[in-house]
Amino acid sequence: MLSRIRKLKAAGVVGINNRNRGYIMPHNPRALYARVDDKVETKRLAIAAGIAVPELYGLIHAVREAKDFERMVEGHKDFVVKPAHGSGGKGILVITDRRRDMYIKGDGHALTAAEVQHHIENVLGGVYSLGGQPDQAIIEYRVKFDRVFEAVSYRGVPDIRVLVYRGVPAMAMLRLPTRSSDGRANLHQGAVGAGIDMLTGATTLAVCKNRRIEEHPDFGTPLGGLQIPGWPALLLLAARCHELAPLGYLGVDMVLDAELGPLILELNARPGLGIQIANGRGLRGVLNHIDAAAPLPTAPEARVAVMRAYYEGLTEAPVPL
Amino acid sequence: MKRLQATILALLVTAAALALMYAKITRLGLPLLPNQLEQVWSVEAKIEFDASRHATVVDFDIPDKLGQYVRLDEYFISRGYGLNVGIRDHDRRAEWSTRQARGAQRLYYRLEAVPQSEDDPGEPSKHVPAPPNVPAYEEPLASAIQDTLGNVRDESANVFTFVSQTLVKLNAQAPNDNVMIIRNNLDRGSEAWVDRLIYVLAGASIPARRVRGVILEDRAANQHLTTWLEVHNGTRWEGFDPQTGNRGYPDNFLRWSVSDEPLLHIEGGRNVSVSFSVSRYAKSPTMVARARGVANDTFLASTMLYNLPVNTQNVYRVLLMVPFGALVVAFMRTIVGLPTLGTFMPILVAIAFRETELAWGIALFILITASGLSLRFYLERLQLLLVPRLCSVLVLVVLVMTIISLVSAKLGIDKGFSIALFPIVILTMVIERMSVIWEESGPGQALKEGMGSLSVAILGYLVMKNEHLTHLVFLFPESLLILLAVFILMGRYTGYRLMEVARFKDIVEAPSSDAKPHP
Repeated sequence: MLSRIRKLKAAGVVGINNRNRGYIMPHNPRALYARVDDKVETKRLAIAAGIAVPELYGLIHAVREAKDFERMVEGHKDFVVKPAHGSGGKGILVITDRRRDMYIKGDGHALTAAEVQHHIENVLGGVYSLGGQPDQAIIEYRVKFDRVFEAVSYRGVPDIRVLVYRGVPAMAMLRLPTRSSDGRANLHQGAVGAGIDMLTGATTLAVCKNRRIEEHPDFGTPLGGLQIPGWPALLLLAARCHELAPLGYLGVDMVLDAELGPLILELNARPGLGIQIANGRGLRGVLNHIDAAAPLPTAPEARVAVMRAYYEGLTEAPVPL
Repeated sequence: MKRLQATILALLVTAAALALMYAKITRLGLPLLPNQLEQVWSVEAKIEFDASRHATVVDFDIPDKLGQYVRLDEYFISRGYGLNVGIRDHDRRAEWSTRQARGAQRLYYRLEAVPQSEDDPGEPSKHVPAPPNVPAYEEPLASAIQDTLGNVRDESANVFTFVSQTLVKLNAQAPNDNVMIIRNNLDRGSEAWVDRLIYVLAGASIPARRVRGVILEDRAANQHLTTWLEVHNGTRWEGFDPQTGNRGYPDNFLRWSVSDEPLLHIEGGRNVSVSFSVSRYAKSPTMVARARGVANDTFLASTMLYNLPVNTQNVYRVLLMVPFGALVVAFMRTIVGLPTLGTFMPILVAIAFRETELAWGIALFILITASGLSLRFYLERLQLLLVPRLCSVLVLVVLVMTIISLVSAKLGIDKGFSIALFPIVILTMVIERMSVIWEESGPGQALKEGMGSLSVAILGYLVMKNEHLTHLVFLFPESLLILLAVFILMGRYTGYRLMEVARFKDIVEAPSSDAKPHP
């Protein structure tokens, strides 16, 4: 036990207490949380900054408007319902198709309009929101993810999480839905996290439920060596999100849409630490490097360069599979 | 800087708490452990007389200040008599009266006393008695007293040595003529002898008084009061043995009264007798400390929760333990990393366990949660709005509790009633959260968090139930400041949580060969 604690320390692994006290408290002013916790606000800011986001079909504020969702999704075969203040992927309903009057969920289940409406009402009631506050329901464009991930995703949308520290992309992982995560790309719920080589944009290691894996648990496809297209552009996009919400410790979730290219899905003020397991390395090294580089440049390109300098200087590769 | 500030704050808070606790232990004699018993003296005065069929008034001198002892309590046992306790001429007296009394009468006065925790350097007499006027002695007493006092005065340095020398001389084995005159054949153990000494000392303008007291000796029956002499030297009173002239008081001397009045005066009674019996027994020291505090009327005593009404005290016995439950939660969450449903829910369940006892508490908790969950899943199909749905679960929780109570009443299991103490609103929220987790992350995660909360509640219960701890916090509420310091320091802990050490294992250690995800 003690020797493992020492090893974790030596590997620069950051624990939750340390993340909260050392990074979130000093760098994430509480007043800015609203910008990322409220996904409507995030969307608005992103559009204002010229950053692409999934198109908003409609916003439902009150229970009496819940039935209006049918009017909002008119002309769209598929869509997503999500709480404006949700966390951890909770309360997200993905409708992939419609058959007669039924709405087909990501997992193939058919829902009636009343059932979708009930889900919206639950969202409005605050079942999925932080602290159980009454919430709003967002109805938006369903991302058609890039085919590169087809062989490694079970139903839902794979996304790319980049941890941006003080405006510098620090670490990244590809999150792949599994059967046990119910199509959601959240590590807590059993999604696969694949570490990404920050210099090349290729996946390295993978983790599922905190344990190292080599193959996708549902398909058996290898998870290493997967090249993410347009990686430099994604890094730059992640770095630019720091301007939307100047939180020092920020999680940026992006998707690669087959038609629209990279889109910002949401921002997270309390990104988790599973990214370290996915990459087989602790965060401390890169975070210290970024701290040492302060004052940090204002141009997003220059901030990405700060990150590159760190990873280019690393001699040892992450712990191999 | 902030680190230092927090550490200093924690240290200051701890130091303040410890200082207050130390003062209470030393000055009030509060025990650190429960069930340490302290010796209490019980002195009982029995007054016997034959009534004369008339109105009877019994006037009895009762103690006020007990010297090196502190009065815990007193009892007056007197059937058919009215009682009036008051102070007359700086003297506390009890007056029993009745219109008609017939035959042998018995009245009792019982006193409970404990030694004062710190030796008081005599009674701090704010009131300095005026020196008595030299009495107009008659011859040959006048010259006898003058000669005796004159001789002693040459040999003594101060009032106390003067008194001591005088007493030695007057009690000499081979008395001279002067002493014989002064002695006047008085019994030297009697009150009259002490009165005589006071009379003689007045010749040297020395204020003196007669003190009655009980020598405490376990299981002593039919004791009589011991008469003692006290002399004032201008700053304080000092006791002297009227038969030897030795300074001080007898061991275990409980001062009964300092009055010139007779000990007992009865109107309408004959064959009067008073006797004292002494016994010693053990009593809870907290009661003793409480009485000491009241007697000394200190600031410390005002911090004692015994000043509250009894049922409020009982509330605080529970309330003061809640922070310790919080300590368990804080520890399990920040140091261990165990997930719980809600921050304080385990504490509230733990409080309920105090009443239900553990095994029953766990059984009832599981029963209510399980039935609540099943209703919640059914309600999900009705697609109700959040708040009315929560309220429906609440109704079910209350109904299940009622049914359990009714069934256990039929079966004669009285433990079933204690279910009423479960925090229903909290249970309702637990059910709701569990069902959301159940849907979102599967039954495994829901049960894991439910069990996590339950185990933290059990642990919290064990801590909050701890008798030593309850005793300690009730006597020393300031000890919660130490807890505050612990929380401040814990709030600055940035090390790994124990669960994280397992979670991050694969970063530093080669993954196990089968490399499968854990279930």
